[in-house]
Amino acid sequence: MAGRLPRRILKETERLLNEPVPGIKALPDEQNARYFHVEVNGPKDSPFEGGCFKLELFLPEDYPMAAPKVRFVTRIYHPNIDKLGRICLDILKDKWSPALQIRTVLLSIQALLSAPNPDDPLANDVAELWKSDEVRAIETAKTWTRLYAFSEGVKS
Amino acid sequence: MESDEEGIYDVESDASINYNSSDDGIYSEGENTAHGEANDFMDEPTSYKCLTSDQIFNYMMKVVDEVNAILQLPPHITCILLNHFKWDKEKLMERYYEGDQDKIFEEAQTINPFRLKGKVVSSNTNNITSFSMQSTKRPLTTQEVCDICYLPSQHMNGLQCGHFFCIDCWNEYLRIKIIDEGQGQKIACPANDCNILTDYETILSLLRGSDIKTKYHQRLTDGFVMSHHLMKWCPSPGCSVVVKVTTAGTRNVTCICGHAFCFHCLQPIHEPVRCPLLKKWLRKCNDDSETAHWISANTKECPKCRATIEKNGGCNHMICQNKSCKFDFCWICLSAWSPHGSSWYNCNRYDANDSVAARTAQEKSRAALNRYLFYCDRYMNHRQSLELEHKLYSKIKFKMEEMQQHNMSWIEVQFLKKAVDILCKCRNTLKYTYVFAFYLRSNNQATIFEANQKDLEMATERLSEYLERDVTTDELSNIKQKVQDKAKYCEGRCEALLRHVYEGYDMDLWEYLDE
Ligand SMILES: [Zn+2]
Ligand SMILES: [Zn+2]
Ligand SMILES: [Zn+2]
Ligand SMILES: [Zn+2]
Ligand SMILES: [Zn+2]
Ligand SMILES: [Zn+2]
Repeated sequence: MAGRLPRRILKETERLLNEPVPGIKALPDEQNARYFHVEVNGPKDSPFEGGCFKLELFLPEDYPMAAPKVRFVTRIYHPNIDKLGRICLDILKDKWSPALQIRTVLLSIQALLSAPNPDDPLANDVAELWKSDEVRAIETAKTWTRLYAFSEGVKS
Repeated sequence: MESDEEGIYDVESDASINYNSSDDGIYSEGENTAHGEANDFMDEPTSYKCLTSDQIFNYMMKVVDEVNAILQLPPHITCILLNHFKWDKEKLMERYYEGDQDKIFEEAQTINPFRLKGKVVSSNTNNITSFSMQSTKRPLTTQEVCDICYLPSQHMNGLQCGHFFCIDCWNEYLRIKIIDEGQGQKIACPANDCNILTDYETILSLLRGSDIKTKYHQRLTDGFVMSHHLMKWCPSPGCSVVVKVTTAGTRNVTCICGHAFCFHCLQPIHEPVRCPLLKKWLRKCNDDSETAHWISANTKECPKCRATIEKNGGCNHMICQNKSCKFDFCWICLSAWSPHGSSWYNCNRYDANDSVAARTAQEKSRAALNRYLFYCDRYMNHRQSLELEHKLYSKIKFKMEEMQQHNMSWIEVQFLKKAVDILCKCRNTLKYTYVFAFYLRSNNQATIFEANQKDLEMATERLSEYLERDVTTDELSNIKQKVQDKAKYCEGRCEALLRHVYEGYDMDLWEYLDE
C-alpha cells in the first residue's frame, strides 16, 4: 500500500472493529487497509430480511474529501441498486461531506434496504415494477434474497 | 493603479458618465486604431473596458458597500445575500424591508448576524464594526479534535453554524471546491447536512497560497459577472479578463489579451452578418461533414498545367510555380486573372444562370449543394487568406526598418502597419459577407450588396497583392503614396458595404432564404 495510512482511517477502522454497528460487519482487507469486506444483514420487516449481503467498500486516495466507493457484491432486487451493485445514494455523490464516516455510510445503506425509494431509481425496470405492482416487486425481492443472500448471516 | 479603480466605479455609478474621460484609455483598445474616426457605425474603443479579476472583485465589493450603506450588515454576509438575489440590489432591499428577514437569511444559506448567540439586536442601534470582530476563531483553552482528520489541532476554524475543522482540512476541502469543481459563492460548510455557505472573509483568511486566492477571486465573481448583462468573461482560453461595455448595443470588442470578439455571441468579430445567422451558418458548416474536403482543401491544381499549388499568401492572384507554365489565374474561380481587373470581373457572384439548365429534382438538389459549396468555398478562402495575412506583419516590419534607415521617422512608416490592419479587417468582413450572401434572397438591395462586395473584394485583392509582392520591389519613394491610396480606397469600400448592410437592417430591406 502506497503511503502512510492517515490517522483518520486508522481511527475509523479501530472503532468499526471495537464497536461494530448492529447487523453490519466491516473488515479491512489484509493486504489493503483502504479496502473493506462488508456484510450487511437484511433489515427486519423488509423483503431482504434473513439475507446477508456482501459489499465492497474502498477509500480513495482523497478520502475523506471524496466519498468512499461502495458496491453490492451479492445480487439484490432493489430499485436503487443496479445489476452491477452500484448504489444510488445522495451521500455517496453530491451530498458527501468529509465529516461523514464509513459507519454513517453503512448505516445509510442499511436504511435504504428498509425504505426503497423507487422515485429516485438507478435500476429502472425494478423501480417501474416497484411503482406499478409493489406486491409483485416485493415478492421478487424476497425470492432474490432467498436465492442469493441466504448463507450464514452476521450475528447481531 | 489607484486611479484606474476609481475610473471603474465612475462608469458604474450611473448613467451620467463621461465616457471620454482620459484615464479610461489604459484598458481600452490601446494601439489598435484601425477603426477610423469616420466609422460612426462602428463601436468606439471607449465604449467598453477590460477589467482584471482583482478589479472585478473590487468592483463587486463596491456594490456590496453601496447596499451596506443601507442594510448595515457585515459585508461578507451582504455579499451572500446579493448573490442569492442574483445581484439585484432593489429586489434584496424590497424583500429585506417588507417581511421576514430570518427567512431571507435562511434562503440565502447564511445566518442572521443579529441572531447570533441567541441575542437579538436591532439593526439601527448596532455598529457594524462589532461584527467583524466576531471572528470565526473560537477561543480555545484545550486542544480540539478535527472531525475530518481526527487529529488534535490548535487552529480550529468554522463558520457561524459552529462546525469547526482544522486549517489543513479546510484548505484541502477548499482546494477541491475551487480548483476541481470551479465553485466560489456556493461553497457550503464541510459538515454533514449543513448548508451554510462560506463567506469570502473566512475563506480568504483560511486559504494558503496566492494562486488559489486568485482563483477564488475569479470564481467568487462569476455570479456577479454573469448577472450583469453589460459584463462578460473574455472567451479566449486561459484569459481571466472581464470586458465591460457601457451600453448594451456595443458589439465589437478587443480584450487586452488581443482577442477580438462579438460581445453578444462571443464569436470572433463577424461583421456584417448578425449573430443568429452566423450561428445558423456555423451549425451548417459543422453538420455538412460530406463537404469537409472542401473546407480542408488548401491546395489546388494549376488549371493549365495541373501542377499542385499551395496557397501561401493571402492574395488570390496566383502565379503557377511551374517555371515553364507561370499561368496567372484566380485562386477562387480558377480562371485566368487578366479579366479580373476589368469590369466584367464576376468572381464574387454565384451565377444562377449557369444552373438554369438543371431542372430535374436530382439536379436541383445538386444545385443547392453547389450553391452552398460556392459560398462556403469563398468563406473558407477568405478565412485562410486572413490567417496568412497575419504573417504579413513580420514581413512589413522589415520594410519599416529599411525605410527608417532611409531618413524616414518611426511615425512616418507606421502607415504600413496600418495598411495591414485595414487589409485584415477588410478580409474579415469579406469572409462574413459570404455568410450573409448565402442566406440573402435576391432583390434590388441584394444586387447593390453584391456590387459592393465585388468592389471590396477587388480593392482588398489589390491591396493584398501590393503589400505581399510589389512592396518589396517598388521604389521606396513610391511606396507610401501607393499603399496609402490603396488602403484608403479599400477602407472606403468596406465602410460603404457595411453602411449599406446596416441601413438595410434598420429599414428592414433584407429578405432571407430558408436554408
Ligand atoms: Zn482536520
Ligand atoms: Zn456548518
Ligand atoms: Zn482576453
Ligand atoms: Zn455575434
Ligand atoms: Zn501551371
Ligand atoms: Zn476569380
